[in-house]
Amino acid sequence: MTIAITRTQAPVVVDESKCIADKGCTVCVDVCPLDVLAIDTTRNKAFMKFDECWYCMPCEKDCPTGAVHVNIPYLVR
Amino acid sequence: MDTIEQEYDIVVVGGGTGGPMAAVKAKERNPKLRVLLIDKAHVKRSGAISMGMDGLNNAVIPGHATPEQYTKEITVANDGLVDQKGVYAYASNSYAMIEELDRWGVKFEKDETGDYAVRKVHHLGSYVLPMPEGHHMKRVLYRQLKRARVDITNRVVVTRVMTGAQGEVAGVMGFDCRTADFHVIKAKSVIICTGAAGRLGLPASGYLWGTYENPTNCGEGHVMAYHAGAELTNLECFQINPLIKDYNGPACAYVTGPFGGYTANAEGQRFIECDYWSGQMMLEFFNELEGGRGPVFLKLDHLAEETIAEIEHILHTNERPSRGRFHERRGTDYRKQMIEMHISEIGFCSGHSASGIWTNERGECSIPGLYAAGDCASIPHNYMLGAFVYGKFCGENAASYVADQGSVTPDSDAIAREKERIAAPLRLSEGLTPWQVEYKTRRIVNDYLQPPKVTRKMEIAVQRFDEITEDLQHMSAENPHELMRAMEAYAIRDCAELAAKASLFRTESRWGLYHLRVDHPERNDADWFCHTNVRKSVDGDMVFRKRQVDPYVVELNEQEKSAYQRLRVASPAQAA
Repeated sequence: MTIAITRTQAPVVVDESKCIADKGCTVCVDVCPLDVLAIDTTRNKAFMKFDECWYCMPCEKDCPTGAVHVNIPYLVR
Repeated sequence: MDTIEQEYDIVVVGGGTGGPMAAVKAKERNPKLRVLLIDKAHVKRSGAISMGMDGLNNAVIPGHATPEQYTKEITVANDGLVDQKGVYAYASNSYAMIEELDRWGVKFEKDETGDYAVRKVHHLGSYVLPMPEGHHMKRVLYRQLKRARVDITNRVVVTRVMTGAQGEVAGVMGFDCRTADFHVIKAKSVIICTGAAGRLGLPASGYLWGTYENPTNCGEGHVMAYHAGAELTNLECFQINPLIKDYNGPACAYVTGPFGGYTANAEGQRFIECDYWSGQMMLEFFNELEGGRGPVFLKLDHLAEETIAEIEHILHTNERPSRGRFHERRGTDYRKQMIEMHISEIGFCSGHSASGIWTNERGECSIPGLYAAGDCASIPHNYMLGAFVYGKFCGENAASYVADQGSVTPDSDAIAREKERIAAPLRLSEGLTPWQVEYKTRRIVNDYLQPPKVTRKMEIAVQRFDEITEDLQHMSAENPHELMRAMEAYAIRDCAELAAKASLFRTESRWGLYHLRVDHPERNDADWFCHTNVRKSVDGDMVFRKRQVDPYVVELNEQEKSAYQRLRVASPAQAA
């Protein structure tokens, strides 16, 4: 095995108490231009799966419950 | 990896700005046509204007500007090397497009009499029309797509244009970035609207995704046109933008200039007369940045509170709304501090410079059935409104073209080869990861291609990009998402090679910083007052040629021709 796992802090944060992915909502996943958000199938909540963020904010603006917050990535801020 | 086959009359690749317009206009021309709009993201929020746009940068509105005046301005801003017919066709249709967008519900700033509130930012004329409520742009376009009954496919990455026996367009190929299914879509005409090649240079922050352009726009359209045999033009005329240091948004002088903001040096002094983005402006910016009075700042702290509040409202709700969040974290307040600026990574983008897939004034490329509009095409300084106007031209002209075409037969060997190329990274469980290959390619772009350009460095870059061609074969993708990044790495590498070889071909300096060659420092009109075109030969070689500049439709006098050579503020006379 020659593949290592490098951890990074994800810029997009989801407040799980507000996220309604368990009711079938996928708005943030749908609108992300870079397709970096996903629904965690065990928790039924949205999360940032890939640290590939343009911090453009459709996920935050279009979320119907205000559950998504976009931070500026650490390398940029 | 299943294969999904479909057939349409017209496929529009890219649902950002020009793409939706092209698709709607093709359907308006002939509602019976089967038109597909395809995007690797979701059309609702894709492209350079996913969060809207804060203004039109090139509005040609009667009473404020004329098509002739605008054509002159772009000609001189681009050192004379323009297809004036293409620029003039844009300018003549600019106002009709603004009126149509207005009817569709796009809100432009108007004065108390109801006239458009045009501002002056360019060196000579007035073409900037603010859109303080421009965040709704994508919603307006989506409504029109639904009304026109355009079919939409999201999350499919188009990688190649298919061609038939005579080299004519026969459709597109690609894959789904969530399932990895292979798509073969036959079509009589393809309109490429894939935006800039904006993931070419590496931002100074080192964050791969912190590019000026939406990072989805990685040059796939340029590369699919190239591999289909179409010509690209003036690729050595790089895009470089003045941005907020570390943040990927413009500072932004187009918005703040009309309010009294300006670009200043560390002493708070103006050093350029005009903040419009031209190569000459970028060179003066670069000189100040690297000189003793650098770095460069956007100065707003002299403005009144209500003016700054209005600027904040426009800049922090439109186009790049995370800008306010970036400033807040660093404690930057427009009222108290100047905003540090820097220059962006390089890219290809006709929206701001003059490079791209070569099209004429009808949006036609050099192979039958292929059209291109917006940042990926070659009409210079086109911006958002140019993408709309040329999207319209492409949609209407493609609709006329397909009316006379029989069924198409794509080359089946090419389909098999492309399916194999796409499938390969998924089969490897070990190897190079796509981001490693991408990072290295883009790091070499910065090391060797970022202007000022040096011949020997660019020759070394070509060698390194050849080595990366080999590395691409060893990429491993764990899932369809990584596969998307792997195929993007192919496109980025191809663009890097095109950028290096195009820059080596033109042995002079032109367009200010965009093509500043240290070992050919002078502009040489005798040998190089021409465009450069590149295409892939039948043997697979990258072949360059000079293309003559067509006679101007709008003549310029000598004073006008050199206007953009005189951007630096004259030094104040010393007091006696």
